[in-house]
Amino acid sequence: MLYAVFCYNQEDVTANWSKEEDDKVMRDLAAVQRKYGDAGKLGPVARLLPTTAATTLRHSPSETVVIDGPFAETKEQLLGFYVVDCASLDEALDFARELSAANPATGSYEIRPLAIYKPSELPA
Amino acid sequence: MTDTTWIDLALVSARPQAMGALLRYFRNLDTAEEAFQEACIRALKAWPKSGPPRDPAAWLIFVGRNSGIDKVRRQSRETALPPEELLSDLEDQESDLADRLDGSHYRDDILKLLFVCSNPVLPATQQIALALRIVSGLTVKQIARAFLVGEAAMEQRITRAKARVAAAGIEFETPDAADRSERLAAVATMIYLVFNEGYSAMNGPDSVSADLCEEAIRLARLLLRLFPSEPEMMGLTALLLLQHSRSRARFDADGGIILLDDQDRSLWKKPLTTEALAMIDKAVRHRQPGPYQIQAAIAALHARATRPEETDWEEIDLLYQALERLQPSPVITLNRAVAVSKRDGPEAALALIEPLAEKLASYFYFHGLKGALLKQAGRVREARVAFDRAIALATNAAEASHIRMQLDHLCKDECDKDLAKEKR
Repeated sequence: MLYAVFCYNQEDVTANWSKEEDDKVMRDLAAVQRKYGDAGKLGPVARLLPTTAATTLRHSPSETVVIDGPFAETKEQLLGFYVVDCASLDEALDFARELSAANPATGSYEIRPLAIYKPSELPA
Repeated sequence: MTDTTWIDLALVSARPQAMGALLRYFRNLDTAEEAFQEACIRALKAWPKSGPPRDPAAWLIFVGRNSGIDKVRRQSRETALPPEELLSDLEDQESDLADRLDGSHYRDDILKLLFVCSNPVLPATQQIALALRIVSGLTVKQIARAFLVGEAAMEQRITRAKARVAAAGIEFETPDAADRSERLAAVATMIYLVFNEGYSAMNGPDSVSADLCEEAIRLARLLLRLFPSEPEMMGLTALLLLQHSRSRARFDADGGIILLDDQDRSLWKKPLTTEALAMIDKAVRHRQPGPYQIQAAIAALHARATRPEETDWEEIDLLYQALERLQPSPVITLNRAVAVSKRDGPEAALALIEPLAEKLASYFYFHGLKGALLKQAGRVREARVAFDRAIALATNAAEASHIRMQLDHLCKDECDKDLAKEKR
């Protein structure tokens, strides 16, 4: 079984880590990742840029709107994610628009640039 | 991380929100500050036992408010009649507190706190010092160190700033849209001042002044989280990130300045540029250009060029022209001259800056750039005059030594020429 593991932390706090603190956390996390990576168990790893870099595309059958900032609707649950290589935010928004057109449910696509991306060590 | 690091971090993170709310209750900077200090002391005692509260800011506001009220009560008993209308307003219950902490309220609290420190009655140096003390919670000693002044002098500067703010009176009404955007603009300027103070005082990537740059970025991000749809705040954040991304490449081993063209671009911090470029992308979609967005766009064009030769000087020239239209200033024209020199050569750039000579007569960078352009044009003797003038106007050792290096090159070029003549 493949599992996705999502990290939730208070950005107010993590944003206040000093460079040394942040480096230390990253090193400690990398050690855990290495253990599972070496065992051939780890898929792609990503660190997202702060929520200030986020844009959200909200769509319903009747309209689609683009909002600055992260997705913040507690009624909705995270059901999946994509990693896509786009030249600009506009291109990423086009991708999200196409997805939303193909998806009849009302919901949101949060577009968040990646700060760090390590590809999968899992066999395809 | 040590055991109490999480408490320090929680206190730092909660500070702007808690101080903002306490300032709203007490309407006085000193009282709010003391109340916050008291709450922090109690947190340091209580949290190691009880663990972190669910909402540290709410905890600090509640505890700080109660201790502040006690103090106000005690003082008023000692002095005049108690200001009843003030106290009754303060005696709200905790349930009410939760209500007051909803998003929009604390957003305006923090903006207010920042705005108090950005009050235009304060000179720039006092704005920066006050913000670092009140909003960021740096100690007077830390601020003094970053400013390279003595602690007593800094203490005095902050006290003066507080007195001025109190004398000017603090507006406590909830701002309307126009007020809010005016406050945002003032706060953006203050944050930029904090950054520039750090940026210009730096003499190496690990200099204490770098802390000021990081603090400014933290404040910019904080403000952007509160006002996520303000394109100018996106622009400001992007600009600071881009300038700071080059901090490791800006200095040589001796603390000398390395110009943009000569910097090792592999030292530019990639995560910061990535974040900044994402922010500019977001800002552009609003189609409301402003000075910070344009400056960020210019910095982004440098960040996008992996080698100096790949820089899009044409676009940079256009962006500077747009900036000149928005806020005409000889300094912007001076910056544009660099782009013009890259595209059309030094003589074209010299013609552009010639009319600025009078206005920028005592501006270090004017003479520095003029010297460099003259040198490039082969007008050695005039270049020397300009460089001499620049050295006389330099405000720090790094600036002066950079110009001295230019002069050395100039000498070398001249000597080479003389040698060539002799050979002939």
